[in-house]
Amino acid sequence: MITLGIESSCDDTAAAVLDDDDTIRANVVSGQDTIHARFGGVVPELASRRHMEAITVVVDEALRRAALDLRDIDLIAATQGPGLIGSLLVGFSYAKALAFTTGRPFVGVDHMAGHLLSAFLEPVKPCFPYLALIVSGGTTALFRVDDFFTFTLLGRTRDDAAGEAFDKVARLLGIGYPGGPAISRYARQGDAERFVLPRAWLEEGSLDFSFSGLKTAVLNQYRQIGDHRDDRLLADLCASFEQAVVDVLVSKSLLAAKQLAVSSLVLGGGVSANTALRTILTDRCRAAGLQLYLPAVQHCTDNAAMIAFAGRKWLQQKGPGSWSDDVFSRSQLGQVSQTFR
Amino acid sequence: MSNSGKIILTSPVQTGRFGRLLGALCEPGDVIGLGGDLGAGKTALTQAIAAGAGVDPAEYVNSPSFALLHEYHGRIPFYHMDFYRLHGADDVVALGLDEYLYRSGIAVVEWYERAESVFPDSTLFVDLDIVDAGRRFARLRSGALSWKQRIEQLTDRLAGTPDKP
Repeated sequence: MITLGIESSCDDTAAAVLDDDDTIRANVVSGQDTIHARFGGVVPELASRRHMEAITVVVDEALRRAALDLRDIDLIAATQGPGLIGSLLVGFSYAKALAFTTGRPFVGVDHMAGHLLSAFLEPVKPCFPYLALIVSGGTTALFRVDDFFTFTLLGRTRDDAAGEAFDKVARLLGIGYPGGPAISRYARQGDAERFVLPRAWLEEGSLDFSFSGLKTAVLNQYRQIGDHRDDRLLADLCASFEQAVVDVLVSKSLLAAKQLAVSSLVLGGGVSANTALRTILTDRCRAAGLQLYLPAVQHCTDNAAMIAFAGRKWLQQKGPGSWSDDVFSRSQLGQVSQTFR
Repeated sequence: MSNSGKIILTSPVQTGRFGRLLGALCEPGDVIGLGGDLGAGKTALTQAIAAGAGVDPAEYVNSPSFALLHEYHGRIPFYHMDFYRLHGADDVVALGLDEYLYRSGIAVVEWYERAESVFPDSTLFVDLDIVDAGRRFARLRSGALSWKQRIEQLTDRLAGTPDKP
């Protein structure tokens, strides 16, 4: 079975073609950072229009790279939520229309399920059960994954997501966009011990996260420094900040593994591109005897290959979607039924 | 006092009290715009407003900067938006976010300054100024008389005995 995946829940439009043996034949994402950098942040107005402008181009490009025709596709999977209704509708309606014209089945996929299963796009597959740490601009959460359909939310951010903290601290310090790479660039030259910044551990044993206080602490330090700002200080502040974020992400993941007696950890989301996070997580998982799965960056960030994979599993388990299926803005995944959708 | 006011918030705890009192005074259809720099406490204030408005504490009211909109179901529907990433009224309308300002729920919008023209006259604007590490100045204003009495009530209650956290 060959699956076409479509994703339009966030800022990028994406399409991918996945073979039955999980070989990715094409994985196309409309990269937008070059446009957005000019505005100092991601610009949804552009993104929203771009979904409509990009969807046909991106899907056609995925088929071209896979050297396939639309008639060769056996299943169409599209992100159904969560996200902004307008953005989701572009991809989901397009998928329905393709399914209608080709007579093939389609399925709606929860975006987060895609992230939680993205490690299966790699040659070495994780074994159930495993923990998944998903870290992006909009999400910071820990899940337990028992099979392809059973997800349990263990902890999530109570205020800012980690990626958002990177973006906003970069903005505070005036060092550019996107915030993650900008902070890391400075942090590499800096001394992480220079500034004492808070780690929000929250209540004893809590697997929740909080990064808002850290952001404000950086702001207060920066204001105190005042006129004595120079590149050295900026580098030290970035290093201290990055260290504080990574420390909490890694420690909470290891705590979860201990609490649940689970021995595998999977990383997902855009912040997983962060080198400090990858390095420290690798070291500490090795020390704790945990098996760590670090998918390639293009499988961690928003993409349609993970949607195609999750969609195919969904079809096998629950059957195809119906024409009356609609997009949803809020995900209940892992919170109510603990199962897919 | 007219339908505007200035309140000094001496600590994050008092900002929480202020938000809960404000949330408790909210009615269906109310729109609140929150302004102020990064780190001023807009999301923290929104969390307190949501708690006062009856949003279940089990639902974390976290930052919608990236998602742009988070919906919650409390005593009345609660729409938490963030215009941080937007660049004017065109963006708001293109994304359909303006519709949430005219629904029978409570809409709280961070970074209203990005697109002030989309807000109805009845909006309550709250600007948070950073005084120092713990203290904030809250400047309240609204074009609607419906907020006049409520701002007075709020000021009185905040000056009175502390409520339970």
